[in-house]
Amino acid sequence: MSIPASSVPRSWRERIVKYRLIGSKCSECGKTSYPPRNICPYCGSRRQEKFDLPRRGKVLSYTVIRTPPRDFLEYSPFIVALIELEDGTRVLSQLTDVEPDEVSTGMAVEAVFRRYKEQGKEGIIEYGIKFRPLIK
Amino acid sequence: MNKVYLIGGGATKIGEHWEKSLRDLFVEAALKAVDSAEISLKDIEAVYVGNMSSGELQGQEHLGSLMATWLGIPGVAAAKVEAACASGGVAFHQAYLAVASGLYDCVLVGGVEKMTDAIIYDVTAALIMADDYEYVAFTGASFVGLNAIVYRYYMEKFGVKQEDIALFAVHDHKYAVKNPYAQYQFAVSLEKVLESPNVADPIKLFECAPVGDGSAALVICSEDFAKKLGKDFLVQVAASTVATDTISLTNRRDLATLEATVKAANRAYRIAKISVEDIDVIEVHDAFTILGVLHLEDLGFAEKGQGWKLLKEGELEKNAKIPTNMSGGLKARGHPVGSTGVYQIFDIYLQLIGEAPNQVDSAEIGLAQSVGGVGGTVAINILRRVK
Amino acid sequence: MKPLKKVGIAGYGAYIPMYRIKDEEIARVWGRDVRRTPIQEKSVPGIDEDSLTFSVEAAQNAILRAKVSPQEIEAVYVGSESPPYAVKPTATVVAEALGITPRLIAIDMEFACRAGTTAMQSVMGLVASEMIKYGLAIGTDTAQGRPQDELEYTAASGAAAFILGPHNSENVALIEGSYSYVTDTPDFWRREGEFYPMHSFRFTGEPAYFHHIYHAAIGLMESLGLKNSDFDYVVFHQPNVKFPLKIAKLLGFSADKIKDGLLTGIIGNTYAAASMIGLAAVLDKAKPGERILMVSFGSGAGSDAFSIIVQDAIEEKRNLAPLVEDYIKRKKYVDYATYVRLRRKLRR
Repeated sequence: MSIPASSVPRSWRERIVKYRLIGSKCSECGKTSYPPRNICPYCGSRRQEKFDLPRRGKVLSYTVIRTPPRDFLEYSPFIVALIELEDGTRVLSQLTDVEPDEVSTGMAVEAVFRRYKEQGKEGIIEYGIKFRPLIK
Repeated sequence: MNKVYLIGGGATKIGEHWEKSLRDLFVEAALKAVDSAEISLKDIEAVYVGNMSSGELQGQEHLGSLMATWLGIPGVAAAKVEAACASGGVAFHQAYLAVASGLYDCVLVGGVEKMTDAIIYDVTAALIMADDYEYVAFTGASFVGLNAIVYRYYMEKFGVKQEDIALFAVHDHKYAVKNPYAQYQFAVSLEKVLESPNVADPIKLFECAPVGDGSAALVICSEDFAKKLGKDFLVQVAASTVATDTISLTNRRDLATLEATVKAANRAYRIAKISVEDIDVIEVHDAFTILGVLHLEDLGFAEKGQGWKLLKEGELEKNAKIPTNMSGGLKARGHPVGSTGVYQIFDIYLQLIGEAPNQVDSAEIGLAQSVGGVGGTVAINILRRVK
Repeated sequence: MKPLKKVGIAGYGAYIPMYRIKDEEIARVWGRDVRRTPIQEKSVPGIDEDSLTFSVEAAQNAILRAKVSPQEIEAVYVGSESPPYAVKPTATVVAEALGITPRLIAIDMEFACRAGTTAMQSVMGLVASEMIKYGLAIGTDTAQGRPQDELEYTAASGAAAFILGPHNSENVALIEGSYSYVTDTPDFWRREGEFYPMHSFRFTGEPAYFHHIYHAAIGLMESLGLKNSDFDYVVFHQPNVKFPLKIAKLLGFSADKIKDGLLTGIIGNTYAAASMIGLAAVLDKAKPGERILMVSFGSGAGSDAFSIIVQDAIEEKRNLAPLVEDYIKRKKYVDYATYVRLRRKLRR
C-alpha cells in the first residue's frame, strides 16, 4: 500500500515550486521560507509573495541514505543535506555529482534540475532541484 | 481539571509477531490492563488507540471502532489518535483529557503497531510520513537520515565524539536484559554498536530502535472511580502536556534543540508543581542514540551540548541521579512506533507501584517523554504516587 | 535557404554529464583489441539524469548568455531520440522548469542525430516570420549503445541549446542561411518496442553519412555563394573521429579548421547534441567576424547545413555561463559495471 501510482494531481500541484526552487517572502517582516507558505512562520502575516530563491548556498549538515524508502531504492545510496541558500533560506535536498567522502559541512553548492523518482515503472517521473559542488 | 488516576496496565512482549494481528495485540494488552486494574470491560466508557501507520501497512483505518468491536464493547466513545511516533503519548493525553473533563469516569488507552507486515523499504516509506511529504520525503530522506543530520550537526557544534553518544545503546541494552517485554534481552558492547553498518551516516544500525510489533494499554479513571477500588496508594497523572515544533528541520531555530520538548516539559513541571530535581525516574524517546542525549538537555537535566556527559559519567544508572530508560528504552525494549508512548507510561507506572524489573528505590515521581517526527510533536506525561 | 528576415543566435549553452567510461574498459569486458577502439572515452549520465535534465541545464546556460527573460521565449523545440517518455514531450517540462510557460509553441522532434539542428531550422522560421521573437532549440540525448556492439564504444550523452532571435548586434552570431538534404536511407533505426537501435555497419558510411553531409554542405555553399576559404571553422556531426576528418578532407577543409569543434574523441557521440555541442565549443573560442560551417547528420537520413557569422557580442557573452571545456574537464571515470548500472541496462 504505497502512495498510489496515479497520484498525478498531487505531484503536478507542486511542480513549479520544485522545478524552479520557489520560496515565499513575507511582505511584512521580509523573512523567507521554502516551500512557500500561506502564513509567515515568523511574524504570522498572511501577506506572502512567491519569488525565485537564490541558486547557490552551503551545506549545513548532511547524511548518506543507505536504507531508502522503496521509491528511491535504485538511486541509493545518496546524500541528503540541509542547505542554507545565499539569502539564509534553508532547504532540504539531495547532493548529486559528488561522493560522500567529498562532502563537508560548509561546502558551497549550486542548484541543478534532476530526476528524483518515478511513480512506478508505468507512472510519471518526478523531477526537482538537487545541489552539486560548484562547476566554476 | 479533575484529578486522573492510572489504575492498571498491560503490554505484549515486543517482537516479530507474525501470527498476531493488530487487533490480537491490542486485545491482549487491553485485557492485561483491565485485569491489572481489577475492573471489567463493561466499566470502560471510551477507548483511545495510538497508532501511526495502520492505513499504510495494514490497509486499516478506523481503529477506534475496530478495537471497541474486538473488545466486545461497541458503543463506547473511541478514536485512533495519530501523531507519528508520539501517537502513544498523545493518545494518553486525549484519554487524560477525557477523564479530567469530567465527561468520562473510566477510559482505556492503548497503543499498537505492526511494522513487520511490510519489508524494510516500505516501512521506511511509511515512517518518513512523519515529516513533510512533498518537500522532505520527496528528497528520498529516510527518517533515520533526518536524525543523522541532527547527529552530525550536534557532534560538530559541540565537539562531541560519536562513541560518547553511541553509549546510549549500550545503556539501553543493559537494562532490557531483565525486562520481559523487551524485544532484545541481551547486552551489547560499545564496539559492537560502533562496528555495525551505517544506516544513514553517521547513524549505525545498533544506534537505531528496531522494527517490531507490540501493544501496551492502560486504564485511567476519575477520583470517584479510583476511590471505590479501595487501594493503599494510587498513581495520579500529575501532568499531561503536548506541544509541537515545526514539522521539518528547515524552520528550526536551533537544529540541536527540540523546542516541543522544552515547551511541553516546562508546562508539565509547572502543572505538577515540580522541578527536574524532584523526578525519580524517566523514560526518554531515544529512537536514535543522539535523541537520548538531546532529550536530557531539552528536558532540563543538562545544559545544551552537555547531555552526553550524564550518560558517560553514569548519572543515568539505576541508583544514580536520573535513572533513565530502566525498561531498555526504544533501542532495546523496542519501538513499535504508535505504541511506544504507552509502553513508556506503563514502565513508569510499574516503577511507581514497585513492580518494575529494574526497580528504582522509592520512586515517587516519574516522567515519560513521547516524540513524533524529529520533535514535531512531544507529549510529556508525569505520574506521581499518592496516598 | 535564406530567411526573409535575418535570424541570429542570441545565446547558446551546452551540458555534458561528468561521468566517463574509457573505450579500453569496454574493450576489456568484450575481449576486443584495445588498439581498435574508435575513441578514447565517452560521457555517461548520472543515475538522476536524462535527456530532459540535460536540456534544462543547457537551456539555462543559453538564457544566461542571451540575457533574455524566460517569458520572452515563445518556442521550445527539443530534438532527441532518447526522451524519457515515449509519449509526453520533454519540451513542456523544460519550458515549465525555466519559467517559459504558458504562452509558447512547444514540441519534441525526432530525426536521430539531426533532430536538434532541425529544431534550430524550425525555430528560425518562426523567428524570421515574426511569429515569435525568441525561440529555444535544443538537441539532447542519452544515447543507448547495444552491449558489445560497435556503437557501444561511442554512444554518449549531452545537450546543447540555442536561443534564436531577430538579427541585432546583441546576438553572439548571425545565421546566414541553412540548407537541408534528405533521403530515405536506412542506415540506423529503432523499431517500436525495441530497447536498442540497429545499424547497417559499413552502409552507414558512404551512402549515408558522407553522401548527405557532402551534398548539404555543397548545397549551402552554392546557395549562399560561399567557398571553402570563406569558413574559419567547420563542425560536422561526429559519430567518431575518423568520419568527420574524412568528410572535412573530401570537402577540401584543412584539419586545423575542424579541431575545435571535434570533441567525440573525449566525450563520445552525443547524437542529437553532437554537432551543436561542437558549434558551442567553437563559439567559446571564435573571434567576431569569423565564419562557421556546421553540418549535422541524422540517420534515416538527412543533413542540415548552416553558415554562421560570429558577432562582437560573443566576447562579452561567452563567459556568462560555463564553457564546453568546463564540462569536459569535469570528469570522473566509472568501470563497466557502474556504467551498466547508470545506463539501466540491468533487468531488476
